[in-house]
Amino acid sequence: MLLIYCPNCLEYREEEEFSYGGEAHIARPLNPETLSDAQWADYLFFRTNPRGIHHEMWYHATGCRRYFNATRNTVTYEILETYQVGTQPQITGTEA
Amino acid sequence: MKRYSGFSLLKNALSYHENWQKVWRNPTPKKDYDVIIVGGGGHGLATAYYLAKIHGITNVAVVEKGYLGGGNTARNTTIIRSNYLWDEAAQLYELSLKLWEGLSQELNYNVMFSQRGVLNLGHNLQDMRDIERRVNANRLNGIDGEVVTPQRIKEIAPLINISPDSRYPILGASWQPRGGTARHDAVAWGYARGADALGVDMIQQTEVTGIRRKDGAVVGVETSNGFIGARKVACVTAGNSGVVAAMAGLRLPVESRPLQALVSEPIKPCLDTVVMSNAVHGYISQSDKGDLVIGAGVDSYNGYGQRGSFHVVEHTVQAICELFPAFSRVSMNRQWGGIVDTCPDACPIISKTSVDGLYFNCGWGTGGFKATPGSGYVFADTVANDRPHPLAEAFNLDRFNTGALIDEHGAAGVAH
Repeated sequence: MLLIYCPNCLEYREEEEFSYGGEAHIARPLNPETLSDAQWADYLFFRTNPRGIHHEMWYHATGCRRYFNATRNTVTYEILETYQVGTQPQITGTEA
Repeated sequence: MKRYSGFSLLKNALSYHENWQKVWRNPTPKKDYDVIIVGGGGHGLATAYYLAKIHGITNVAVVEKGYLGGGNTARNTTIIRSNYLWDEAAQLYELSLKLWEGLSQELNYNVMFSQRGVLNLGHNLQDMRDIERRVNANRLNGIDGEVVTPQRIKEIAPLINISPDSRYPILGASWQPRGGTARHDAVAWGYARGADALGVDMIQQTEVTGIRRKDGAVVGVETSNGFIGARKVACVTAGNSGVVAAMAGLRLPVESRPLQALVSEPIKPCLDTVVMSNAVHGYISQSDKGDLVIGAGVDSYNGYGQRGSFHVVEHTVQAICELFPAFSRVSMNRQWGGIVDTCPDACPIISKTSVDGLYFNCGWGTGGFKATPGSGYVFADTVANDRPHPLAEAFNLDRFNTGALIDEHGAAGVAH
């Protein structure tokens, strides 16, 4: 069970209150009509899936009902930070 | 390789079972191989076996970072069935089921394949519509299956609760009598023994750390024990596929997730079939030694830690107690997690890549065990001939570009 700090509710809450939103910082293409099939596939299906630091979206379903981002280690599952959508993570890199 | 038989058992009993031949050698790696298989799980070992057996390619090494069959092969719930909806998937899994049916004889190794049948329960009208559609599709593909009533389910699994008053009443099920379970370790060991006898080297405790390329083609792998050359490299690394692909500068459409399972204390035989439910999300069978083998759902988040969150286990056990109230007093003995690589369409990737001589067999997600023989069979053919096996063609990596996805979320609905 993860304990997740919601940056909107400003509280640690249990994982069951949240749902996972997948990799963060994937922007919808602004010029979809010019994209090749491979570029669309990359946007829709291909993910970095790193072993180590991962930036990901979470949705606080039973709280503020808003998305936020988290930086989490996918090996230890430690959540290193949570931050608002539209802002950049403080912790980057691939290794924990 | 000395064959196992009733006679050999008797003979070895006379010498207190101290003179059995080693099941496989423990060779030092050669400098060069025709094919290196990265990952010594069931799928990798099956690939090695069929490469040697069918295609005559015996200068092969299986490079495994831990021990053979120690990853997801050792962590699954051993369910085997082939009742998939779409033609492409159904044919692949059915090939696998047919191979299972002769596997113990083929390998001269008892994989304890038990065709005890698989029930997939329906709890609402839409479930039943999906089940009827899937069973009809299966029958058109020559796969056994029938839609059964709650009364028939009760005959098959007497302990099940079919009361219309239950929280999620059982309205019916699909029933595949040829489905069942097998002994997970035996599959890996049987294939390893068979491949070893044909000359394949099992290189254990050796982690692949890089894939060396030259002019867009593979030339070998960097390992924790030095460089090993190879003309072809076939990666069968399940949960770590994304990490291995990155070594060759490739991206895959897979996400690695924890999938958990648990077993109870051993109890007397009480469930001689496999029961799965998408809606309440649980699946259960009883092993030959008596423990109830229960599979939990896949955790929602990406992870490599080989463990998941407790509430997923709790949710599964709730579902099992709902289906089998009698099991509410059974204690659970052990719980574990494995890392599965899930694809967007819940179907595997069996494919060549943009790097010459580099092949991937991954993305089996939550249900790869049942496919072990078929996966190895078509992948060996793909690697040997450098073109996709006819049954593997639809599972190429390019389908994510063309959009020709094979959506098996329904048939693969319960993570297992």
